[in-house]
Amino acid sequence: MAEKKKKLLQGNEACAEGALYAGCRFYAGYPITPSTEIAEHLSVRLPKVGGKFIQMEDEIASIAAITGASLTGLKSMTATSGPGFSLKQEGIGFACMAEVPCVIVNVMRGGPSTGFPTGPSQSDVMQAKWGTHGDHPVVAVAPAYVQEILSETVRAFNLAEKYRTPVMVLYDEIVGHMREPIVLPEKGELEVIDRIKPTCNSEEYFPYDDKYEIAPLAAYGEGYRFHVTGLNHKKDGFPTNDAKLIQEGNERILRKIENHKNDIWKNEELELNDAKIVVFAYGSTARSARYAVKEAGNSGKKVGLLRPLTLWPFPEKAVEELAKRVKVIIVPEMNMGQMIVEVERYARGKCEMKNPDSQAAGILLGKEFYYLPPHQNLWCGGLHSSPVKEVLRRPRSKERGLRRAFRSRWEVYNVNSSCSKKR
Amino acid sequence: MSTAVAVKKDKAPFDYNKYLRPNKLPHIWCPGCGHGIVLKAMLRAIDASGLSKDQICMVSGIGCSSRTPGYVDFNTLHTLHGRAMAYATGVKLAKPSLKVIVITGDGDALAIGGNHFIHTCRRNIDMTVLVYSNAIYGMTGGQYSPTTPQGANATTSRYGNIEPVFDCCELAKASGATFVARGTAYHCQELEKIIFEAVQHKGTSVVEILDQCPTYYGRQNKYKSVTEMMEKIEKDGTVSVKQADKLPPEKLQGKLLRGVLHKIERPEYCEQYKKFIIGKAQGK
Amino acid sequence: MAEPAKKLPNIVISETLCKGCSICVDFCPTNVLELRGNVVAVKNLEACTRCQLCDLRCPDFAIQVF
Repeated sequence: MAEKKKKLLQGNEACAEGALYAGCRFYAGYPITPSTEIAEHLSVRLPKVGGKFIQMEDEIASIAAITGASLTGLKSMTATSGPGFSLKQEGIGFACMAEVPCVIVNVMRGGPSTGFPTGPSQSDVMQAKWGTHGDHPVVAVAPAYVQEILSETVRAFNLAEKYRTPVMVLYDEIVGHMREPIVLPEKGELEVIDRIKPTCNSEEYFPYDDKYEIAPLAAYGEGYRFHVTGLNHKKDGFPTNDAKLIQEGNERILRKIENHKNDIWKNEELELNDAKIVVFAYGSTARSARYAVKEAGNSGKKVGLLRPLTLWPFPEKAVEELAKRVKVIIVPEMNMGQMIVEVERYARGKCEMKNPDSQAAGILLGKEFYYLPPHQNLWCGGLHSSPVKEVLRRPRSKERGLRRAFRSRWEVYNVNSSCSKKR
Repeated sequence: MSTAVAVKKDKAPFDYNKYLRPNKLPHIWCPGCGHGIVLKAMLRAIDASGLSKDQICMVSGIGCSSRTPGYVDFNTLHTLHGRAMAYATGVKLAKPSLKVIVITGDGDALAIGGNHFIHTCRRNIDMTVLVYSNAIYGMTGGQYSPTTPQGANATTSRYGNIEPVFDCCELAKASGATFVARGTAYHCQELEKIIFEAVQHKGTSVVEILDQCPTYYGRQNKYKSVTEMMEKIEKDGTVSVKQADKLPPEKLQGKLLRGVLHKIERPEYCEQYKKFIIGKAQGK
Repeated sequence: MAEPAKKLPNIVISETLCKGCSICVDFCPTNVLELRGNVVAVKNLEACTRCQLCDLRCPDFAIQVF
């Protein structure tokens, strides 16, 4: 078989291609760095396949428009970044409540507020979970490579359609703007799931029918004249004030994700078997971690990597099991420590936890990965320069591999910076 | 007493049940609220337009008026405060065969949803926007809105409202809406005709409908009854565009025009999208 | 009293839907209706001209004339 043709694509373009592969036919968005290329790419590509692209008047309108479009039966997506993600939160809650499938891409940049538009961060991971008010289910995927952005976007659509819920794709500016050679999957190569539509007659149709775990979703204009509201509702979609029904409804939307965590979870595990130190990393931070873990292995250290591709629901089972048999879990993040709280929660004190002194846009400094003095036998990350200098001053044979890993972080940065000059 | 009554010929009453969802009445609106009157006029207009129930998608935001879609047997979407037109834009662009009708209130459309309102008008996307304007936020208990007259009382303007009002129709016209009209709950038959015309129109049609909130606006502003509100605000406070031509300017002072105020032809968004964007992208 | 009964208009009032707002009472041109307690009632059926203004202006789908 001939080798598949590779294409040099940017992460954001790969995201757009993934959406098209998954069958996305509606995009509404608002320009925001560093996610704009997704909109630019889809504005060209969607009409070619008969899809609709619209640049809305603001971020709120964008999430609203895709929710409306999804209710007509089209797979829909929007993409944004930090401030836009904040603005979209109410609309995300509506989609959770009304159980409307849609995909929200958040190419994370430095915050808070306008923050650092051209710099990367991973500081929206908790916002993805808790950004909108009320108890609600959240599904979020976190790709780390350009190829993976494509496949995870497809998976995000699949999860959204399968579980009738908004799904978020979280990656950061680095991988969003990075160009890597990727293989565009052929038709049928990746699984594509479509939502289940009702087959009953319209009188028997209830959009939130509790006899199903995930009720079929009709499309507007096809004879099922159903009601959708953001109010707590009964199975027929009409509002209710009945505390019992409200409780049941809220439990149901949480349960539909809770009960299928095994299907939604996806982790990459590297050298975990006899590891005593494990790095828990996601997104582009995991790229460096991966390299570093391999290098550590080369120098005889038993260091492993747990890389969740599904951030929400949190991979609690994997962490719980790991914590029982490892000494230390290190959680490097491009934020001031967000996912580490969850990791700690599920490690339940069974192992030591290292919270690297991460920072919001740390990758630009390239100092996250370094090695502490060997007697601590730990990895750590951070802004503080003194331990870095110490390591650099006193290189030891054992640490050389790790220093190479540190350099790999610079490579990541360099690739990115060449792209960012464009803007 | 039994004679001398000019009894008209039997006219069958309009069957609203055809368009109402079963067992949803009575509605949540207060006694005397004009929203029910407007809803009925709208249903008669829709009936006259011959649209099928499956063809209609009714989208609303939040507020008293926005509870309308819950009662009508169409494809209905009750969304977030102010965002009805944004959701409706998604629905319409995704499925242009649907006739989209947006039900919104003065606060919903002109305050929190002001941005969506002007941009919907600018795009001239085919939808009918009915702004139920009762000059108050009723759902939250009577706070002043962008259409509360200056000097009027509300629970958040105890010393009288100092903010000037938005003229919904002028705003729609300036933003690019191609059909702009104003009706009232009092003139319910005229309103029916206006809504009929608005629904027939291709492009963004905006109808501002003056109606009354006796519970909050009426009580706080010393109206003794619903009837008084309807007569003073809707009947005496407006003058139809046809009459206005004949009246001297001093008689028009302080009155709002009623009827179709603006109607032009301009390319509609979904058609433009199909023709130019999909057409060019697919090389047709 | 020679008018046959069938020529009188039918006014149907739903007591469950009527909220007693009095719009129909106040705007009836021939003063056919009145409020009894919190519900509208017919006081003078003979005067009804079947103009249906009460129906048109009733916000509550509570009255029909035919």
